[in-house]
Amino acid sequence: MDIDAGEYVSIMGASGSGKSTMLNILGILDDYDEGQYVLDGKRIQHLSETQSAAYRNKMIGFIFQSFNLIPFKNALENVALPLFYKGITRKRRNQMAMDYLDRLGLKEWWHHYPNELSGGQKQRIAIARALITKPSIILADEPTGALDSTTTEEVMQLLTEVNNMGITTIIVTHEQSVAEKTKRIIHLRDGIIESDIRKHHENL
Amino acid sequence: MFDMDQWHEIWQTITRNKVRSFFTAFGVFWGILMLTLLLGAGNGLEKGMLSNIEGFATNSCFIYTDQTSVNYQGFRKGRRWDMHNSDIEVLRANIPEIKYLAPLLFGSRSENNTVRGEKAGTFSTRGCYPDYAKIEEQKILYGRYINEVDVQESRKVCFIGKNVYEALFQPLEDPIGQIIRSNGIYYRIIGVGSGLSNIQIGGRSDDMVVLPFTTMQRTYNQGDIVHFLAATAQDDVEAGFIEDEIKTILKKRNNIAPEDERAVGSFNIADQFKTFGYLFLGIRILIWIVGTGTLLAGAIGVSNIMLVSVKERTKEIGIRRAIGAKPTNIVGQILKESLVITSIAGFVGLSLGVGILAFFDYMIQNLPTEEGIFLKNIMIDFDVAITASLLLIVLGLLAGLLPAWRAMQIKPIEALSEE
Repeated sequence: MDIDAGEYVSIMGASGSGKSTMLNILGILDDYDEGQYVLDGKRIQHLSETQSAAYRNKMIGFIFQSFNLIPFKNALENVALPLFYKGITRKRRNQMAMDYLDRLGLKEWWHHYPNELSGGQKQRIAIARALITKPSIILADEPTGALDSTTTEEVMQLLTEVNNMGITTIIVTHEQSVAEKTKRIIHLRDGIIESDIRKHHENL
Repeated sequence: MFDMDQWHEIWQTITRNKVRSFFTAFGVFWGILMLTLLLGAGNGLEKGMLSNIEGFATNSCFIYTDQTSVNYQGFRKGRRWDMHNSDIEVLRANIPEIKYLAPLLFGSRSENNTVRGEKAGTFSTRGCYPDYAKIEEQKILYGRYINEVDVQESRKVCFIGKNVYEALFQPLEDPIGQIIRSNGIYYRIIGVGSGLSNIQIGGRSDDMVVLPFTTMQRTYNQGDIVHFLAATAQDDVEAGFIEDEIKTILKKRNNIAPEDERAVGSFNIADQFKTFGYLFLGIRILIWIVGTGTLLAGAIGVSNIMLVSVKERTKEIGIRRAIGAKPTNIVGQILKESLVITSIAGFVGLSLGVGILAFFDYMIQNLPTEEGIFLKNIMIDFDVAITASLLLIVLGLLAGLLPAWRAMQIKPIEALSEE
């Protein structure tokens, strides 16, 4: 299976089908035994923790079902955190984070802590955090799993926009409506690719 | 290494989790507080004890006579004997290691034996040489101590202790030249003083009427007998050495068997002083063991709570890892957190301890009575504080080691899948 730069892909399958494992491998969170994973021309296997951390920081942005924001940091600090590990100064970090919050319409919420925000807001903060390092890939694991249908709509809208910026976007989901929004749907069953459907009508 | 940004991150983690940080810090805070208080109290005890013997020549020994315990040269054992003036001269001539030699005579003490006009008191008398003031230093309140001329001419003068003065005179009354009667004989007062130390030789010198030695020998019909001998060794000689020399010469001159252990009694302040030294060394070692033990327990507490905290923060650490934190970032963070918590807790404990000590020191210094003070300068030394601080930093790092290692083991994938 190849995913080109800038593609908008969803991976579907029942639980236990191996979609999360696949996402973990793609996100270099997990190692694998058979086959090979080539990212941006580099073979990714048996990397040291330090190397994989550097790749993750540089190339991959994560979005999780449960948002995974750090509870004792406010919105701005959460968004800025990946830049901290990139070694960017606080002033610049906060500037950039504010910029991204602004783009996602959360500017006035910057000083709020995650438990003061709604699910949709939290996910948007998580998206801002994923985007801030300017990654080549966004990996979203059930990004709408904890959201109601209205906010699901909003979040998918955002992810589509993200993809329009040219960032490869891969979404793992079991919701058909979510998968419909993407341009390519891969079905997994028992760890094997069952189908790989590309939609050719661009005007969604 | 020193990156303000990183410290900011750590500071934030600590301050935004106040309860957790507080409990982590408390053990170390308590440990260092206890160590400080113990050390301060130990110091105070030592200084207090030392101030008791301050003003007393510690390199001194004291000689007195006793019954013989060995038959020798036709004398039966159990004989009583006396030291004489001639013995003193021989000792002075033959033992150059003696710095001061002060023969003493003790007088009798009876009810209201010391009288001036309407006032009377019960006080001991003692015959002294001027040298004695060098062995048991006197704080002179009025006039002067006994001098050589007083002794040579057997003047009927006396030097009285502070308490004698207070019993016989109105406050602030000038005693110099006044006449008092002691055991029925009249003496002119030449000075008033108070013993600097709390060591007593034949009674407190504050409760003493001191006469020139020769005056005492005459008025009490003692002939040329000496009751007691106080001697101080030269600075580079041990008191024990002159003690033995003096005893040897005295035995030879008074027909006492060299092996007779009882006939010449003696004691040696230097030996007692040495025991004192060991006692304080022991106390100090004990304090450090207890104190560092408490501190260590505190550090283990830090380590323990941080372990729990790492467990609790698995998810946070996983998130950090997922968004690009290297394992070294995480290890560094945990270590620095531990370091910051122990340091702050330690310095707060240290400061509070010093504050409490300073408070007690102030209280004690302002106690109305001068007597019975066994604590003085309750404070820790600056270098002890530095040592404790360094110890803290090392402990902080050690305490963080295990939790940091644990944190490094956290795989982001496991941490994130933990819902």
